[in-house]
Amino acid sequence: MHLIETMNTGFFFLAPWLVLAPVIGLLVNAVFGRQLSEKWIGAVASLASGTAFVVSVLLAYSVAVNHGHAVSVPFAEWIHIGDLKLDWTFRVDSLSTTMMLVVSGVGTLIHIYAIGYMHEDVRFKHQEGRFARFFIFLNLFIAAMMILVSGDSYLMLFVGWEGVGLCSFLLIGFWFEMDTLARPSWANSDAAKKAFITNRVGDFGFLIAGFLMFWYLGRSFQFDDVFAAAPAIAETQRWVIIAITLFMLLGVAGKSAQIPLYVWLPDAMAGPTPVSALIHAATMVTAGVYLVARSAPIYTLVPEAQYIVAMVGAMTALFAATIAVGQYDIKKVLAYSTISQLGFMVAAVGMGAFVAGMFHLVTHAFFKALLFLSAGSVILGLERGHHAHAHHAHHEERHKVRGKRKEEREHEEHKEVFDPGDMRNMGGLRKTMPVTFWLYMIGTLALAGIFPFAGFWSKDEILLDANLHYTSVYWQLTIAAFFTAFYMGRQIWMVFFGEARSDAAKSAQESPKVMTVPLMVLAGLSVVGGALNLPFEGFHHLGHWLGYTLGEVEGLPLNLQVAGISTVLALLAIFISWLIYGRNPLKDHQSDPLKRPLGFVFTGMENKWFVDEGYGVLIITPFKKLSQFLAEVIDWRFWHDFVHDTVIAGTYNWLSEVVLNRYADQKGIDTFFNSWGSFTQWLSGNVRKIQNGFVRSYALSVLLGVVLILGYLILK
Amino acid sequence: MVPIEYYIILSVILFSIGVAGVVFRRNPLVIFMSIELMLNAANLAFVAFSSVLKSFEGQIFVFFVIAVAAAEVAVGLALIVEIFKSKRTIDVDQLNSMKE
Repeated sequence: MHLIETMNTGFFFLAPWLVLAPVIGLLVNAVFGRQLSEKWIGAVASLASGTAFVVSVLLAYSVAVNHGHAVSVPFAEWIHIGDLKLDWTFRVDSLSTTMMLVVSGVGTLIHIYAIGYMHEDVRFKHQEGRFARFFIFLNLFIAAMMILVSGDSYLMLFVGWEGVGLCSFLLIGFWFEMDTLARPSWANSDAAKKAFITNRVGDFGFLIAGFLMFWYLGRSFQFDDVFAAAPAIAETQRWVIIAITLFMLLGVAGKSAQIPLYVWLPDAMAGPTPVSALIHAATMVTAGVYLVARSAPIYTLVPEAQYIVAMVGAMTALFAATIAVGQYDIKKVLAYSTISQLGFMVAAVGMGAFVAGMFHLVTHAFFKALLFLSAGSVILGLERGHHAHAHHAHHEERHKVRGKRKEEREHEEHKEVFDPGDMRNMGGLRKTMPVTFWLYMIGTLALAGIFPFAGFWSKDEILLDANLHYTSVYWQLTIAAFFTAFYMGRQIWMVFFGEARSDAAKSAQESPKVMTVPLMVLAGLSVVGGALNLPFEGFHHLGHWLGYTLGEVEGLPLNLQVAGISTVLALLAIFISWLIYGRNPLKDHQSDPLKRPLGFVFTGMENKWFVDEGYGVLIITPFKKLSQFLAEVIDWRFWHDFVHDTVIAGTYNWLSEVVLNRYADQKGIDTFFNSWGSFTQWLSGNVRKIQNGFVRSYALSVLLGVVLILGYLILK
Repeated sequence: MVPIEYYIILSVILFSIGVAGVVFRRNPLVIFMSIELMLNAANLAFVAFSSVLKSFEGQIFVFFVIAVAAAEVAVGLALIVEIFKSKRTIDVDQLNSMKE
């Protein structure tokens, strides 16, 4: 790996602005957010993110003209202890610029979309004051994500890793005092805590991996130092490398929502939809994939660890895809779909197909952001329809002043709360929301892997690699791809076709331009994104580009058998979903048509295979029992009652009774101190006579004193 | 050239007279004069050594001493006037209300 310290060519000096631009944006909004109008807040935040995108483009261009050489841009000194130097240095190479482009590009589009989305969301929830806060968090996220992808050491990567975790927590709990249906509850903040705590488990793995790395691989966190030291250690102490990679996998499982730590991601849908799109689909959750790709030189040393990574990914892909089939919430389906697609990516980078994994990361960022944002558009459309309908019903009541709103909300609580995210409340939306419908269709086709959309090429490349490496992984991923097409078909039929199953769906309204235009850009990218890396000779652009960093890989040619099987399965799945959900559209209050034929299997899918409940029984209940035991028995009864009260306090009581009885106390101690007091009184009575008030006698004492001191000094 | 010992002896004599005046006289004005005498005994020693050691520092000290002494006299005399106004006497042996 070549490192050029001189930065004469290109725009490498701009690298710190990746982080500084969003930080400036968030500071402006934090300081002036209350004075600025919503348009300005949104403009500042989008501009900050857009600046980061422009910088990313310039950096990518600079890497390209620099023949793909990695460049380190020192920015700030951080920790210097003896020989240990941990600095904040930006690493600009083809891998990091790819991530920067995705993060800032998709991020900027989502910022723009969020201007429209949050404008309505804060009004539906009667919290207009939180508009600026949302954009402050979004910019903070972009800054943290940039630190993550641009750091040149595992330590800086970890700083960003924790930073995005914090932003995820803040944004999942954005509506912290309500649940997803805006009822007063702590459900959303519980979801935020769940995400944060689950990630702590993963971060523990990352930290252990980091410590092992530091101890055994050259006492450094720098990527280059670690990678340089790893091969020698792999020869002598193989277990170290295996431990590092597997502990790192735990971190990946936390951040990228893999088995066994994926449980937080579905709950994270409590956050506003732009957050789900940006953080929990397109960028943050792919950090784990990036970490494995970045650590490619370590992973390729230990094929057994790679196999485990690939298996974890494949199992996650299949497992989450089955759950997605049984979900009713439009965002939950997409959440499980995200977990499943992340499984594809992790499986790919686990197999050593780093390019395929990164390729899928990029295209997935496009079409999953598109799907989430379109889902947000659907939800808001329904919400608008619901309000328009309710408005119609209570024409008089609704025109009250703002002060009355609280009463109104309390009034609403008694009614059955309408869930605008439940697909059972939708239906027929292709007529009322045509733009969103077509955008959603594009996203669906890309996700299902239909030729020639972006998802087809990237998913096919992963399957191609799996077919070469591990047959079991290949079949798991192929079945997962089948389920993917099926649940997306199910969603399309349920949401957009058939008849409206609620009044809100009947009077749903299309979203404004500020929301749909960014979606159109994403839709365009979802269509043509596959061109980044076509499986034909001379078209492996992304492979060639990432090859600068990851080492040249041979682009695989198109395998018609693999591509054929996956395409046929996808089309078959969509056809089956049409048979079940499209031909006979769901009626109002009708249960899922799959429920009867599949029986308990569907109940399992509907209830996420009871994993949360299983974790509850296996981990959380014992954990609570243990903490209760520690609190009540160890801390309270043993430590407080026994050690403190009985042993320590008891001993002191006994001692004081022995010591402070009548004889010891009054005869011994009192006498001693009383005589000491009398002596002091007697002494002061004599000494006070010296202070007689005659100034001449004072002068005489001074004179005598001087004579004494001088006499001593002279006669000494 | 007068030997340095002469100056020192004169300075000692002046200083002793001053000490005796402070200790034995009861009139505060005389006490003040005695203090001035002591200060000037010190000044004399300063300039004498200054001239012998060919150094200005002693003379600079003397300037400071004279300035401080002037300030001290100003404050002191004002105090005496005020004390006389309230006590109708300036005999220092009568002014012993500060005892204890």
